[in-house]
Amino acid sequence: MDAIAWSGMVCTFGNREQMAVTEDKTTTSEGALAPQHAQASPYPGGVRGLISRAVTSLEIDTRMFGMIIGLVVIWVGFHIWTGGTFLTPRNLWFLTVQTAIVAIMATGMVLIIVTRNIDLSVGSMLGFIGMFMALMQAEWLPSIFGFDQWYTWIIVLIAGLILGAIIGLIQGAVVAYAGVPSFIVTLGGLLVWRGLSWVMAHGRTIAPMDVTFQLLGGGARGTVGGPISWSIAIVASLAIVLLLISRRRNRLKFGFRVRPFWADLALMVLGPALVIVAVWFLNQYYMPEAVAQQFAQENGLEVPPGGLEIPFGLANPVLIALGTAIVMTFIATRRRFGRYVYSIGGNPEAAQLSGIRTKRLIMLTFMVMGILVGLAAAVQIARLNSATAGLGTLQELSVIAAAVIGGTSLTGGVGTVFGAVLGALFMQSLQSGMVLVGIETAMQDVVIGVVLVAAVVADVAYRRRQAA
Amino acid sequence: MTAPGDAVAPLVEMRDMSVSFGGVHAVKDVTIDLFPGEVLGLVGGNGAGKSTLIKTLSGAQAADSGQIFVEGEPVEIHTPIDAKKWGIETIYQTLALADNIDAPGNMFLGRELTSGIGNLDDSAMEDATRKIMGRLNPKFENFKVPVSSLSGGQRQSVAIARAVHFNARILIMDEPTAALGPAETDQVRGLIRQLKEEGIGIILISHDIHDVFDLADRISVMLQGRLVGTVPKHDVTMDEVLAMIIIGKMPEELTQTELADLHG
Repeated sequence: MDAIAWSGMVCTFGNREQMAVTEDKTTTSEGALAPQHAQASPYPGGVRGLISRAVTSLEIDTRMFGMIIGLVVIWVGFHIWTGGTFLTPRNLWFLTVQTAIVAIMATGMVLIIVTRNIDLSVGSMLGFIGMFMALMQAEWLPSIFGFDQWYTWIIVLIAGLILGAIIGLIQGAVVAYAGVPSFIVTLGGLLVWRGLSWVMAHGRTIAPMDVTFQLLGGGARGTVGGPISWSIAIVASLAIVLLLISRRRNRLKFGFRVRPFWADLALMVLGPALVIVAVWFLNQYYMPEAVAQQFAQENGLEVPPGGLEIPFGLANPVLIALGTAIVMTFIATRRRFGRYVYSIGGNPEAAQLSGIRTKRLIMLTFMVMGILVGLAAAVQIARLNSATAGLGTLQELSVIAAAVIGGTSLTGGVGTVFGAVLGALFMQSLQSGMVLVGIETAMQDVVIGVVLVAAVVADVAYRRRQAA
Repeated sequence: MTAPGDAVAPLVEMRDMSVSFGGVHAVKDVTIDLFPGEVLGLVGGNGAGKSTLIKTLSGAQAADSGQIFVEGEPVEIHTPIDAKKWGIETIYQTLALADNIDAPGNMFLGRELTSGIGNLDDSAMEDATRKIMGRLNPKFENFKVPVSSLSGGQRQSVAIARAVHFNARILIMDEPTAALGPAETDQVRGLIRQLKEEGIGIILISHDIHDVFDLADRISVMLQGRLVGTVPKHDVTMDEVLAMIIIGKMPEELTQTELADLHG
């Protein structure tokens, strides 16, 4: 009988002597409750061995690593195929802007899917909220306050976010409390919000947007410029280093195992290096001559004889998407809310028995999704400088695909915000690359459909191998 | 151990508990009690209402009527949180672990340690988990992997650690050995004896009559949602308890023919 381990445990209740007696016996105990087979070193030799050892030491998620490799492969592939136009500052700059809208929504879709739900209504919701915000700034507010007030964009944006929250709450409440499957509720939502956005504007296209509001969408003026982009890069680099240091110190404080020092050091160099290279590259996308001239005039800059090279810098939608991803990652990993979302996805009954109010939580995930759709809608109409009745059509599919390609499992419990953003970037890279090579639209859909299914097939195979 | 019948109030008393699902009485007017340092075996066939009764104590199931007393005080238990507030911890037959979350995450699920501003303090939770596991299951090493990748025994130790870590006074164990091998079952038996010595009251649900005879001080038998009766283990034979489970008759009502038929 092996009560050794167990009796030791009872020391929690204050029985110290017993522990002293039992402890020295543990070495001979088989520990049937802990059949922990010592694992043989899993590293094969050679270059592959070196890589896998590096990946293990750096504690990089191998799945994520695979996705990054995949991304690099299609980038380089398209670069060669297009004869050198894909990996240019201009193209990548546009790629980041085009990714932003789907990425913003995908960060919320991850949480929804993790709880074993789905939101099919985000495209229609984007259309509805976008139309609402467009009418508000183009017709309703101007009729009261006049056009182009400095505060118009704030009122419109906040109203849009609130509308998104309300729609999300309604759909979430029906899912959580009425017990209707989210597939049905949001399929209904897909029809309802699309229909209402038509009714609201009688099918008209609403334009133009408020001048300040337009800046949310990027465009020639909706960027932060070179110096601020560099400042952001430096702040981000410092943040990465500080985060790694504080995590290491925290684990050392408790005497836990930490990464080898070289691995942490490598991450402290690689992380910031990646950020700086990205910003450096994007900053080489300069304003066209005419725009630069005007910019110089407005800012009292002298035009040198060689012409002006003024970088656009990071676009506002990209910064909004990055900010969203950081906040959502924080919520998903560092807050109770996120922990509970994942526990519901892993085992809803266990979550409930742990005292988690699962229904309320599921409703709130839909509310978060609604707020993010509101944000994405603002960026979208600002970017297009208009809202049409078809705004956001089929966007739900891009968003779900981004989350799924990014490693979110539809069976629940698994998925990361960062993965979803990468997934969005992956999808957009594919799409924009195909446009560059001149593949016709119909064929683009075929390719994306195949890639989506292939990604999930690979994912399922990967997880099965991991479980074995 | 405090013997029933002494003047002290029981640790828990569940009085006249009833639960019905759509007109079917899953539990009907059941009264049981539990004293400090006592193991109460709760037995009965499938569908006898054991689990439903116990869920009303752990807060997982609302009772239609009845009253629960903890140390003589009437208490309201509507949610698992309420139960935990009174020191009632439950180890479910299914273990109730979130498979995608690591051991510390499961240990503290619903009761996370946080920093001042409400951020999860994963290091502190891992530290506490390492400490309790160091005593409970010294070979346990996988603190950072989802519990889905742990063995059955390891998962069980996470579930048990969770119940014991928060200073339980009343421990409900629903079929704690059903999914375990012989060696692991022995470990759980050892644990139950140890906890008993610490003065914790344990309600042990099992359909293994040998388990119950080995560990319990008293045995409560349920049949079709009703309590057949509660008997001190030393006053009855295994056959008499079997008769209670199957026929629903107390030992003194039992005829020799009925007892003989049990083995027919």
